[in-house]
Amino acid sequence: MKKLINKPEDVVLEELQGIEIAHPDLVKIHYDPNFIVRADAPVKGKVALVSGGGSGHEPMHGGFVGKGMLDAACPGAVFTSPTPDQMLEATKAVDGGAGVLHIVKNYTGDVMNFEMAADLAKGEGIDVEAVVVDDDVAVKDSLYTAGRRGVGLTVLMEKIVGAAAEEGRSLKEVADLARKINSQGRSMGMALTSCTVPHAGKPTFDLPEDEMEIGIGIHGEPGRTRMKIKPADEITEMLMMPIIEDLPFKSGDEVLLFVNGMGGTPLIELYIIYRKAVEIAEKHGIKVVRKLIGPYITSLEMAGTSITMLKMDSDLIKLWDAPVKTAGLRWGI
Amino acid sequence: MTINNDDVIKWLQTYDQVITENKDYLTDLDSIIGDADHGANMHRGFQAVVTKLPGVQDKDIGSIFKTVGMTLLSTVGGAGGPLYSTLFIQAGNRLNGKMELTLSDWAEALEAANNGIIRLGKAAVGDKTMVDALTPAVQTLLDASKDGTSFEEALHLSADAAKKGMESTIPLVARKGRASYLGERSAGHQDPGATSSYLLLKTAADVWTKE
Repeated sequence: MKKLINKPEDVVLEELQGIEIAHPDLVKIHYDPNFIVRADAPVKGKVALVSGGGSGHEPMHGGFVGKGMLDAACPGAVFTSPTPDQMLEATKAVDGGAGVLHIVKNYTGDVMNFEMAADLAKGEGIDVEAVVVDDDVAVKDSLYTAGRRGVGLTVLMEKIVGAAAEEGRSLKEVADLARKINSQGRSMGMALTSCTVPHAGKPTFDLPEDEMEIGIGIHGEPGRTRMKIKPADEITEMLMMPIIEDLPFKSGDEVLLFVNGMGGTPLIELYIIYRKAVEIAEKHGIKVVRKLIGPYITSLEMAGTSITMLKMDSDLIKLWDAPVKTAGLRWGI
Repeated sequence: MTINNDDVIKWLQTYDQVITENKDYLTDLDSIIGDADHGANMHRGFQAVVTKLPGVQDKDIGSIFKTVGMTLLSTVGGAGGPLYSTLFIQAGNRLNGKMELTLSDWAEALEAANNGIIRLGKAAVGDKTMVDALTPAVQTLLDASKDGTSFEEALHLSADAAKKGMESTIPLVARKGRASYLGERSAGHQDPGATSSYLLLKTAADVWTKE
């Protein structure tokens, strides 16, 4: 294992210390239990957004804490859900009296821990709603799985719903908006290489030099199929078609197209993917009205990409364009 | 034979050592069908538990169990955190005020623990989870407590039943947790949660029957 770390067990703590020194204008860090809150929390009268998950997906979620996006993020150990005590303390720290929305990615651990935290917070008189993101079309959604995973759509949801909360919408309106986003966004990813969890010390899976995994999760969970590597255009087609067919996206739809890097893939390659993804969308009569390109929901040093499409309307476009000031996303301020 | 709070403390301390020794093994099992963190998470949790034990060693067994449960809840994370936390809290609720355990106490406590896990995880036998190891072990203990089997023998029988249950997860297709994303590809691999559950019962049998 070659990593820029000191000790595996100190990775998350030292990352938080770095964020604390780097962004005192944006966030405050609480230790033991660990969570990140926006510098001006709690914002009185505003619905607060709390998310969280295992570490290793940076900038998600801690990099999205700030004006116009999240009020708090709870980082777990690498690829491990945070714990209810973190979520409860974060929820209390950001509650401005208008209620708190938990944005939860659909993984067994995350859902269980957030459910326990929501119960505890309600017990302390805080109005809490939870929304579960499950946008990964690579997973068959059936009674016999834990359901679809929450992946790239999470980033878009946190931005758009964050803007709605900033605008002063109620907890119910903000939660309904989040559910609407979940119902009209879909994602699919692929990997060229594995990632190495620091405390595991070796790659999570073996992927031969000439093979790729289609439908990969953001923790290196295997996906739909493994096959010989193909040119970028063909890979883009293999990601875009299941997304388009699943919702389905139809001719005339306006979308936000998000081409994400898994952590080890350079931007030069993401633009190659983006170029082809737009071509495929247009061929189906789908109009790309907004875009996001870059590593925003990563899987440590995994090389690969994921594509997310979200069906937009004028409200979603307005909220997407609204100012945001976080370490990971920033415009309009 | 009865088990007192010293025995319970010894069991938990030994389990921490067993987890330390098997940390890489559990993580390896988890990296095949999960996300390569079960060994590290359990290790972090039980290291924290061990530091809490001196503060509760004179308390009743129910309090010891509940302290373990609350410690695991805030240190383990993932799905294993709430599930193992539930195991100890539910069992602890059955053992309130007890300074000694009989076979039927132990059987009933583990039955409550397993039921709590089934409720929280919405899992059934055959889903390739820790429930596959715990359920046959609980049944063995309940049977033993009714037919006059000695506590010592029942502990060994329950560890054997958990081992068989753990091994039964190998051919199964996972229906819960991260392994379920693999579908058919999860078959052929032993479940890490069933493995750590087996080790918990195996450690109880080893520690509590040692003369």
